[in-house]
Amino acid sequence: MEETIKLLTEAFGPSGEEETVRSLIKELIKGKVDRIFEDDLGNLFVLRDGPSPKLMVSAHMDEIGIIVTHIDDNGFLRLAPVGGVSPHLLPGQRLRFRDGVTGTVYYEKIKEWKELEWSKLYLDIGQSDAEGAGRMVSIGDPACLDQPFKVLQGGRYMAKAMDDRVGCAVLVEVINSLPEQLPQAVCFVFSVQEELGLRGARTAAYRYEPDYGLAVDVTLVGDTPKAQTMAVSLGRGPTVKVKDSSVFCHPLVRKQMIETAEKHEIPYQLEVLERGGTDAGAIHISREGVPSGAISIPCRYVHTSSEMVDSSDVNYAVAFLKKLLIRQWPSVEENNYG
Amino acid sequence: MLAELANLRGVSGNESAVRSFLAEKLDQFRTEISIDTMGNLLVRRGAKKNSPRIMLSAHMDEIGLMIMSIQKNGLLKFKPVGGIDNRVLAAKRVRIGPDGLPGVIGVKPIHLQKKEEQEKPFAEESLFIDAGFKDKDDAGKQVRVGDYAAFDSVCEELGDGFYRGKAFDDRAGCLILLELLLENDGLAFDAAFTVQEEVGTRGAAVAAYTLQPKVALAVEATAASDTTETESSAVSTVLGAGPAISFMDRTVMVSREMRKELVEAAESAGVPYQFRRFTGGGTEAGVISLSREGVKTAVVAVPCRYIHSPHSIIQEKDIRAAVKMIRTWLESRQ
Repeated sequence: MEETIKLLTEAFGPSGEEETVRSLIKELIKGKVDRIFEDDLGNLFVLRDGPSPKLMVSAHMDEIGIIVTHIDDNGFLRLAPVGGVSPHLLPGQRLRFRDGVTGTVYYEKIKEWKELEWSKLYLDIGQSDAEGAGRMVSIGDPACLDQPFKVLQGGRYMAKAMDDRVGCAVLVEVINSLPEQLPQAVCFVFSVQEELGLRGARTAAYRYEPDYGLAVDVTLVGDTPKAQTMAVSLGRGPTVKVKDSSVFCHPLVRKQMIETAEKHEIPYQLEVLERGGTDAGAIHISREGVPSGAISIPCRYVHTSSEMVDSSDVNYAVAFLKKLLIRQWPSVEENNYG
Repeated sequence: MLAELANLRGVSGNESAVRSFLAEKLDQFRTEISIDTMGNLLVRRGAKKNSPRIMLSAHMDEIGLMIMSIQKNGLLKFKPVGGIDNRVLAAKRVRIGPDGLPGVIGVKPIHLQKKEEQEKPFAEESLFIDAGFKDKDDAGKQVRVGDYAAFDSVCEELGDGFYRGKAFDDRAGCLILLELLLENDGLAFDAAFTVQEEVGTRGAAVAAYTLQPKVALAVEATAASDTTETESSAVSTVLGAGPAISFMDRTVMVSREMRKELVEAAESAGVPYQFRRFTGGGTEAGVISLSREGVKTAVVAVPCRYIHSPHSIIQEKDIRAAVKMIRTWLESRQ
């Protein structure tokens, strides 16, 4: 598991450029699936056949990053955000392009820290003129944060892009350890462009037409000094999402989840996330509506270069998802409100 | 033809004049044309059944105003339709309602303004349209609440190949699609002239659902920021440097492959191109790319100064270059 998370978090994959992550995942699950295909936006569909109902389980491959908007005469690059990136977290950070070109971010002279806007930031890739820089990077090239995966004493993990490669790792682990027969069909979707507005999950849900949707993603926590109040902590188990700004999780799905966790003595926390969304937000309003929920892995410092999760939460998330997929889900008719 | 298209009044939701104009120009191809319930004009050209379809889109609507109430003194209160900077409205001429009644957006003259009023832009609430009515009754005979008002600006050529006028966003795009259709040189593609882009890319969402393209290109006008002493790092596009290829805006991430295809098209057509060096703003590409199972979508836009104002400036050669570039791209995709 640790090795999978390391591989996936260190891979390059800002929104819209998920191909490195996609290839890695295909490699990691080789031979363990019935069918596998990609769509035009780059979503990876991994299918396990089975009878109705159809479950869709989604984790997003993309991470936040930046995109180059300008190269100046002295070889400095100007940047715009890809997804929710704060300019204040970038100075002194290293950024890496797809082909490995690396640089560091710094800023123009400012009087006060709050003046630090995107227009004040630049990336230095060690070139001294536009020509040199232009040979290495083009306008429109995205870059990701550049930080290695670390295991901390006591079993916590720290890496960039934990959001949502840790979710991808959970899916990979589950795919590789599911039994031969499943009580229902499952489609694992490794989605694209979540950080830009749940885009990949939207078209993927349209295509697969699931009866139920589940997202596996990270969530914020309230267990750091003077944090915003939130009843989720690292190390107390994965969450059963109640709501975020993109979805109210369906009561029937929540019930399945809570029953499963309690039956198998998997610790869980109820998650009420005030701001933020996940793929379930796009899945649940696909076509005629899809009852959806989400398992989240508590994560500190989300959207920074050092996102932190607890290994026990990750391992429990794997166990939780596996049990959920082995469980017989209600038929679509039973779940019909009408 | 750019002037003819730009002069038509077609504020979002009221695109019929533009639609009729286009339908008339395309009359010889009327079997390819359909109009959907929202008012999108769709032209399906020549693809064989089951072959992957290409969609080009350009929106017919323009920003404008809507009359919200008639005051006792006969002056008209309005709200903007689409994204308008209040500061460009003061003292501009407008045409109201289906008959195009002339009016002007009135402002308090500088003599009567208090000092603090002089220091601030006009608030939306303080603006009104004066169309020369005696009182409410008089106005009520000719204007109704809900009537549209469009900028009153007649397109003209300036210098050599520059045009000044309103609504180049996106009549420039309409012109590009129209020319490609009129060339009729055997290329298979679908053209969508869409409605209500300026109020949230509504028409394109429906058009893309109907046309079910495999790949799509939104053809737009985009803000040029080459006029003041802007630092080069903040320039989004430049007039005269060719059509701008987007890599990202608020609504879409354009794939590396599609950007490459478009760059290659421009190079092989021998026309200049530039990147849109800005990631804000929204286009129809967003909703098209998320239609059904997802559609690979890109944006090509003609740079336009003073966009979303009654007097924008555009360069004809950028439009010509866009036509050539898109034609070459279509050829490569046949």
